[in-house]
Amino acid sequence: MIRFDNVSKVYPKQNRPALRDVSLEVEKGEFVFLVGSSGSGKSTFLRLILREERCSHGQVHVLGKDLARLSNWKVPQMRRQLGTVFQDFRLLPNKTVAENVAFAQEVIGKSRGEIRKSVPQVLDLVGLGGKEDRMPGELSGGEQQRVAIARAFVNRPKLLIADEPTGNLDPQTSVGIMKLLDRINRTGTTVVMATHDQNIVDQMRKRVIELEQGRLVRDQARGVYGYQH
Amino acid sequence: MRAQFVLSEIGVGLRRNLTMTFAVIVSVALSLALFGGSLLMSDQVNTMKGYWYDKVNVSVFLCNKSDAESDPNCAKGAVTEDQKKQILADLEEMSVVEKVTHESQDEAYKHYKEQFGDSPLASSLTPDQMQESYRIKLKDPEKYQVIATAFDGRDGVQSVQDQKGILDNLFELLNGMNWAARAIMALMLVVALMLIVNTVRVSAFSRRRETGIMRLVGASGFYIQAPFIMEAAVAGLIGGGVACAFLVIARYFIIDHGLALSEKLNLINFIGWDAVLTKLPLILATSLLMPALAAFFALRKYLKV
Repeated sequence: MIRFDNVSKVYPKQNRPALRDVSLEVEKGEFVFLVGSSGSGKSTFLRLILREERCSHGQVHVLGKDLARLSNWKVPQMRRQLGTVFQDFRLLPNKTVAENVAFAQEVIGKSRGEIRKSVPQVLDLVGLGGKEDRMPGELSGGEQQRVAIARAFVNRPKLLIADEPTGNLDPQTSVGIMKLLDRINRTGTTVVMATHDQNIVDQMRKRVIELEQGRLVRDQARGVYGYQH
Repeated sequence: MRAQFVLSEIGVGLRRNLTMTFAVIVSVALSLALFGGSLLMSDQVNTMKGYWYDKVNVSVFLCNKSDAESDPNCAKGAVTEDQKKQILADLEEMSVVEKVTHESQDEAYKHYKEQFGDSPLASSLTPDQMQESYRIKLKDPEKYQVIATAFDGRDGVQSVQDQKGILDNLFELLNGMNWAARAIMALMLVVALMLIVNTVRVSAFSRRRETGIMRLVGASGFYIQAPFIMEAAVAGLIGGGVACAFLVIARYFIIDHGLALSEKLNLINFIGWDAVLTKLPLILATSLLMPALAAFFALRKYLKV
């Protein structure tokens, strides 16, 4: 699903590499936590998967494709098989819940019939049935994140990338979001989630990858947030 | 679905940037009106120049039958075959002459028709009334006087005419105006392009949330850019429409009505509506493509995949 071979990333005009010689593999259907302090390279790691950046050395394979060899115009095709969720939800404030989710399908040219069928379905899945016509501003943070997850999942991606999805939410709401991500993972979707949330990582007992100053320092099945915490 | 989606995006974008859109429309309209005006001006100059103007320096007009009755230069009657041969031979012998072309009455009639096609004067003419002529290209255009002294007053010659003298000043003026118009047009064009680039940039910036999400869910580059490009194209097209209206109105008020030059200067054959109308598609196409291309290149920088 994801394979990093000796990947390094140096941003232009910076001496210290954001990632140093990282090699790892994520199998289909896995749930992976990506932990590490700010500036440890988590975001760079995710941006490389999304092909928002290209690596400086090494090779990144996502969904069986070598991203270095993927030409620019094929990147959108690749991204259609990924879903992304962020800390700040990134919803369109002037569109309703249903329109926000439908947007992800409109822009890749899905037919109106398909959209009408899949949007209510996915909203039911994330527990927002009946709130189709609300505006994002009227919803709580947890509900907004559910909309974002619905949007990421509506095209049935094979891989879901979540960058601190619970960063703005209180612990109880976060648990709800994690249950949802877990459910999505159980449908066969691979989930990679960057997080600072110790409780969540410790509770879920999934694979944990830890980065420190750009290096891979821990890759542990059924791990916890940190050794000495 | 797609078309509807794109159209609504364009509408939103244009309204959001109303002042910028307006500036784009005005600058595109002005530059293209000047562009069209300059094209029409050169058309006008070409119409006035007629068939021989740029090809020869001196014309020797020969007497025809009606000249023989009315013109004192032709008191000895219309030109004869022998006289014509002699004139041609003499012309070809002269060292200043580069090339001599003969224009028969029928050809003269044809060229006249081409130049003055629909004027009332032209419709009453017949080929018989036209003059035969020798059209002479000189090695040195300044040596007109040599031909004039040699052939003026000769039997069968009605007159010798320096082709340039008559209208040169007017043409120089028109040419000067034409260049001025082109210079202003170029300047306005640059302004228009910069405005378009800026408008597109502002537009892309104010919708970066949408475009960011579009990128993440895998919308193709073209799909993300299309609304912005079409936004610029629509604004440009409106400007082009205004420019076209401007040209049509200008033709109407300067030539036919208002200033009514066609009545005041009835010896000049003015450009017709066809000359104006054939320019309009060109202007509209330019107004559509130029902003679209400008937007496309502006976006390559701001909407990377």
